[in-house]
Amino acid sequence: MLDQLPVGLSIAGALLLIALGLTFTFGQMGVINMAHGEFIMAGAYTAYLLQDLAAGQAVLLALPVAFGVAGLMGLVLERLAIRRFYGRPLDTLLLTWGVSLVLQQLARDLFGAPNVNVTAPGWLDGRLELAGMTIPYTRLFIMALAVACVAAIWGYMNRSRQGRRMRAVMQNRELAACSGVVTERVDQLTFFIGSGLAGVAGVALTLIGPIGPTLGTNYIVDAFLVVVAGGLGRLRGAVLAALALGLLNSFVEFWTDASFAKVVVFAAIVAFLQFRPQGMFVLRSRALT
Amino acid sequence: MSALTRGRALLTGRYRGHVLFASVALLLLAIAPAALDPFRLGLLAKYLCFAIAALGIGLAWGQGGMMTLGQGVFFGLGGYSMGMYLKLNDAGAEGLPDFMVWSGVEELPALWEPFRSPFFALAMVVVLPVAVASVLGLLVFRQRVRGAYFAILSQALAAAFVIWLVGQQGLTGGTNGLTNFYDVFGMDPEDESAQRAFYFTVVAVLGALYLLARQLVRSRFGRLLVAIRDGEDRVRFLGYNPATVKTVTFAVSAAMAGIAGALYVPVVGIISPALLGVVPSIELLVAVAIGGRFSLAGAVLGGVLMNWAHTSLSENWPEGWTYLQGGLFILVIMLAPKGIAGLARQAGDLLARRRSAGAPAAPPAPVKEEVAV
Repeated sequence: MLDQLPVGLSIAGALLLIALGLTFTFGQMGVINMAHGEFIMAGAYTAYLLQDLAAGQAVLLALPVAFGVAGLMGLVLERLAIRRFYGRPLDTLLLTWGVSLVLQQLARDLFGAPNVNVTAPGWLDGRLELAGMTIPYTRLFIMALAVACVAAIWGYMNRSRQGRRMRAVMQNRELAACSGVVTERVDQLTFFIGSGLAGVAGVALTLIGPIGPTLGTNYIVDAFLVVVAGGLGRLRGAVLAALALGLLNSFVEFWTDASFAKVVVFAAIVAFLQFRPQGMFVLRSRALT
Repeated sequence: MSALTRGRALLTGRYRGHVLFASVALLLLAIAPAALDPFRLGLLAKYLCFAIAALGIGLAWGQGGMMTLGQGVFFGLGGYSMGMYLKLNDAGAEGLPDFMVWSGVEELPALWEPFRSPFFALAMVVVLPVAVASVLGLLVFRQRVRGAYFAILSQALAAAFVIWLVGQQGLTGGTNGLTNFYDVFGMDPEDESAQRAFYFTVVAVLGALYLLARQLVRSRFGRLLVAIRDGEDRVRFLGYNPATVKTVTFAVSAAMAGIAGALYVPVVGIISPALLGVVPSIELLVAVAIGGRFSLAGAVLGGVLMNWAHTSLSENWPEGWTYLQGGLFILVIMLAPKGIAGLARQAGDLLARRRSAGAPAAPPAPVKEEVAV
């Protein structure tokens, strides 16, 4: 029973890492990027390719590289297609779904359809015994990574010039543009960071299990739910919602079974939206919708 | 008036819709059954089942602006209702469906018991999807959850439904779903004449539902629906309740998906979670986008075309098909957001303009969409 707590926390950590990227692309920019899952996959395969290099430290090397690879993919997608669709979020969903199909097939052609394993570095073997719970180091690492990413993003969004511009554009695009913010550049950067975070999440997922071309699709629905429950573009909301979803999932799974847990989580979210239709934290504005 | 101009008037004038409907009906009722061998006819029936579901999406999404990524759920509810009855019918009065015997279930689950009655099962084909859609719709639309939020919620519903179906092996047949039906309302489904009967049933249902949807769109209710799509708050200020209109439309579209699912079972002989999840649900929506979301006929056309392409290309050329499918969406969404129907309308307008040379036509309205943020 108590063992469910670390399981839930690490599910929450992985969900949070995925949802963090979405709070940028979906939350800040209103783009429903279905290819986000494939950026996760790209990050995971980056770790797979790098695992023979830098013996033992591959994960640490893979994190920044995967961030760059996935980020660049996102940037290319934004430049080539998505920028024509701002203000039409539902069309971006269809568009990026087409992109995700192509990327999945590309992965199948490049790496083969069967799942592959990424060996975790030696120092992540073993487990921690704490107050009657056993926590594998890999899961601790994911939680720590999630915390580190949240801290970095919080600092970036609230303390840096670029981050403040990003928030300004999200809250009022026209006014930000009038004040001299080059919104197009901000959009590119937002998309780069959001997609890059998907790559980081992908590296983290290699520690949980084998990876394959459909890795992303397994997580993407839950991650979007996290953003919806947390409130669009709200970091606090994403953290709390990921925690709630991860823990709820693992405990319901413990009491009933995995197939029932998803139904319960879905019902809980619809019920929650009855009280807070726009998620846990709402950006106050005078806009009607 | 020469015969040529009269013919042109039929294609571009106000009877264009009637002419189109009549020629498609002729094609499906007389030409296709005569020209196609039984196997191909069965495939066509399958595509037409998807077209019925696509019609529902055209109504909810094209007219009502509700992007529903969970139609697979309603398709499944209809399909499983039908499948459960057929399974029990095959098993006889005391027997259990074969898959339950294999998974060690000894007593018929209470959920299955009422499905012994064909009337109950047929009612459930419509009642279950309508009930689920109404509850979800009321809860969600009343709180003004819309746009992307609604799309994501409906997608999560599809994901949860499929995981539940797969997990409840003894109750639902798990990944395999329900299959091996030997007796469909007194007919052997393998039989050629039975397949023919299924085909004509599907065509008749599609025609009837199409007319119903068209009537709905042309009624006051339909005007209200389009108004809500284009400016929900304005409609609310005028004193209407958008939540009711949207919920009713969503329920109607769910019922159509349920009927499509129920027809699919005897035609194809299987209903399984692989047909209902996140991916098949999106595929249906994309088919509607390609056919033309703002036109009911476009939605039907898209449903048939995409499933035809899926079946005929993905078998011989699976890798290429995925690239083609992905590339096609990207192109259609970027270059022709109104789909094939939009292109056809443009071509028709061009023809009409040339006829009445000089008279400037109204510029095409831009694609508008509700912004969620």
